[in-house]
Amino acid sequence: MLGKDMLGLYGTAAEDIVNILDTASGMKKLLTQNLKKLPHLQGRTVTTLFYENSTRTRCSFELAAKYLGAGTVNVSASSSSVQKGETLIDTGRTLDAMKNDVIVIRHPMGGAPALLAKNVRASVINGGDGMNEHPTQALLDFYTMREKFGSFKGLKVAILGDIAHSRVAKSNLFGLTKLGAEVTMYAPATMIPQGIDRLGAKIAPSREEALRGANVVMGLRIQLERMQGGLFPSLSEYNKFYGVSEEHLRLADKNAIVMHPGPVNRGVELTDEVIDGENSKINEQVLNGVAVRMALLFLLCKNRQGGSENE
Amino acid sequence: MPERILMDGGAIARTLNRLSHEIYERNKGLENVCLIGIRRRGEILARRIRDLIRENYACDLPCAGLDIGMYRDDLVSNYFVPDARANSLGFDVNGKRVVLCDDVLHTGRSVRAAIEAIFDLGRPASIRLLVLCDRGGREMPVFADFVGKNVPTSRSEFIDVRLKEIEGEDALGIRGADPAAGARG
Amino acid sequence: MSKLLIKGGTVVFPDRVERADLLSQDGKIIKIAKEISDKEAETLDAQGLTVFPGLIDMHVHLREPGFEYKEDIASGSAAAVAGGFTQVCCMPNTSPVCDNAAIVGYIAARGKEVGLCKIRPIGSITVGEKGESLSEMGKMKEAGAVAVSDDGKPVSDARIMRLAMEYASDFGLVCLSHCEDKSLAEGGAVNEGYNSTLAGLKGIPRAAEEIMLAREIILAETLKKRVHICHVSTKGGVQLLKEAKARGVAVTAETCPHYFTLTDDAIVTFDARTKVNPPLREAEDVEAIKAGLADGTLDCIVTDHAPHHEQEKNVEYNLAAFGISGLETSFALSYTALVRGGVLTLTQLADKMSAAPARILGLDGGEIGVGRTADFALADLEEKYTIDSKKFRSKGKNTPFDGREVFGKIKYTVVDGKIKYKADER
Repeated sequence: MLGKDMLGLYGTAAEDIVNILDTASGMKKLLTQNLKKLPHLQGRTVTTLFYENSTRTRCSFELAAKYLGAGTVNVSASSSSVQKGETLIDTGRTLDAMKNDVIVIRHPMGGAPALLAKNVRASVINGGDGMNEHPTQALLDFYTMREKFGSFKGLKVAILGDIAHSRVAKSNLFGLTKLGAEVTMYAPATMIPQGIDRLGAKIAPSREEALRGANVVMGLRIQLERMQGGLFPSLSEYNKFYGVSEEHLRLADKNAIVMHPGPVNRGVELTDEVIDGENSKINEQVLNGVAVRMALLFLLCKNRQGGSENE
Repeated sequence: MPERILMDGGAIARTLNRLSHEIYERNKGLENVCLIGIRRRGEILARRIRDLIRENYACDLPCAGLDIGMYRDDLVSNYFVPDARANSLGFDVNGKRVVLCDDVLHTGRSVRAAIEAIFDLGRPASIRLLVLCDRGGREMPVFADFVGKNVPTSRSEFIDVRLKEIEGEDALGIRGADPAAGARG
Repeated sequence: MSKLLIKGGTVVFPDRVERADLLSQDGKIIKIAKEISDKEAETLDAQGLTVFPGLIDMHVHLREPGFEYKEDIASGSAAAVAGGFTQVCCMPNTSPVCDNAAIVGYIAARGKEVGLCKIRPIGSITVGEKGESLSEMGKMKEAGAVAVSDDGKPVSDARIMRLAMEYASDFGLVCLSHCEDKSLAEGGAVNEGYNSTLAGLKGIPRAAEEIMLAREIILAETLKKRVHICHVSTKGGVQLLKEAKARGVAVTAETCPHYFTLTDDAIVTFDARTKVNPPLREAEDVEAIKAGLADGTLDCIVTDHAPHHEQEKNVEYNLAAFGISGLETSFALSYTALVRGGVLTLTQLADKMSAAPARILGLDGGEIGVGRTADFALADLEEKYTIDSKKFRSKGKNTPFDGREVFGKIKYTVVDGKIKYKADER
């Protein structure tokens, strides 16, 4: 059973993930008909508390909340105010005192949502924390995969890119292994974190092996600062040895889909042809993101009102 | 519990025919009249009445189905995601004299939802309510303008409307509560 | 003339454990026998208790001067005696840094003024712990410094460390080295491995500790000087030390209770009380640390008592301060894990927690014998209790051991023949 918060998929049961995806199906059906006026969160407030810039995730949460009738408040904290100024717990308590129902937090440090959740009455949703998790991104990825393939059993998912710093890769890994998919990863050795194999990922010996027979090809964003940090020498070298082109994509299953959490560095992780190709689900992921976030808000708020007693 | 048939196919046909005349009489003609049926049985009834009016008065009334899924008043209390469809009537409801059609009038909640749905589409001149069967038990200040049959019932009885388009036959039946199943509205 | 008779206890001698009465006068042990009676002496009933030599912690942070909101010499001393410690050596990372005789003298004087346990200041290796130029070690020694260390920060420059080992030896001081290669450890919060990946926290690889540990061994070996390695946490570190000692290198080393009682499994809930430097490692490291204690590779147990204000821990894991408040849990954790766990005998435990640090630093105390200092820690080894940080005398309540059940309750602490601590309940 989903609890008060959604902090990550490591601690979320497979049946809860499926429940979120099922609920999201209902939401997407409404969204595609432009029906976006549900009353379930009327009178509730959803705050997005972002300590990192993000247009797409924040927008997606805000729309999801609005479509469910909630009021939304956006709080942007520059990263410098993390270092000095108000502590996260104090910020959380202030939001609590203002009778917030849900706080969506994005934070550059792993564990910040867990800390917040422990100290507030509001439901906390992890909108991405450091290198830890980004559960709603993974959920929308799952939704996109399920829409295409119907099931996760035996689904081969290849994740390529900066695994070491990717909360998206980790949330995907945690969820997909629970759902019965096989996750293969490939990255420069400097970007493969220790112990990821023990968490259920297969590390491919080469890009080609990672892609061979894959049903889902997921590229991860390469942050420029990683290059400055010396993890790889240049973007062109990255693209040449670790990027995915149309030619590489031919190694994958012929019905394979291409995904990317965005924003994409065109010509680095994926070539233009791959990004804009007919297998690409990158744009569809965006709409699915709203549906999944609606579903999550819907289910968490159901718990909040003790909705079960009305069932 | 055995079912008692209150109306058979013939009775329903005659009733709908009578209701089509009543619409004409009550509106003193058919100017600006349109038919909107609550999905799904109300919509079927609305289309049948449209066909009858076409036969009787050679007038093609605008007619559409209305999905009230998004307007139900128990979305939050029963906490569910409605399996709703977007409404598009295919005609402009502004200034229209709407005859809202449904199969059974009971609590009045569906009608309330339908009125809200219609107002999201425009501002009609009036809304009248037509039902095949009024079983009583109102929870909202709603009454029907055109009634096929009044059937006073208790909450524990079932009214079952079957239509050719769905069940392959036309019938209106009533059953007492199955004591084992417990009371249901 | 003050006399104290400790009667009825089981005494941990350097070579044996046996029932004995201990009579001390003016801070010295004057008589040890099966039965002693002395009407003039104050009598401490030690029936059922085990008498250890006063515990000595050669690695604590008392925060004064400069960070009195975390701890001060008075609260730190109170915590020390509550933990059975009669001498504690405090690290110089205060504000200002304890890098000159005046601050060494201040700390020593404050310790005497508080008058609970003996406070032994450690001077810094380099001025301001900046790793650039040597502190006035000779003058600090005169003022009471017992060792030199830049603890909290490594001496990154190998040449400076070499010079420090050489120069410190002129004054009989040993350098205590905090081994951490900053280029590998920078930004890290936890051990690099499965759990750092699971939690998404930046890891500190074992190599960061071991590379500098190897450097210190090589320097000590080539210079034929002494060096002491602080808070060893890794299996590889134990291995390096074992080999060095076998070659006869004058290296000694310490570890802390958290390195033989906890693994980094504790960090995955993001509880910042588990954040410590070096970080909690994995099960194989814990086993290696225990083995290192058992075979003598690791000479002593210290607490690395690092008290912090609650607000420095109740924040994001990355932002939280490193360190564990350890003085009041060290004995019970060590006794429970090591003696009850079958790793050490009682005499070995007494050596690790008292005699060995005294030997390394040339301190008085550490052993029970006639003519020795009358410093004792009396413990009820059968008493099982639950660690409760709310009851700490230390201002630092930051411990990952809250709620843990342990054996071995300190009942009395005696310093220079005077009872300085008595457990509340008894």
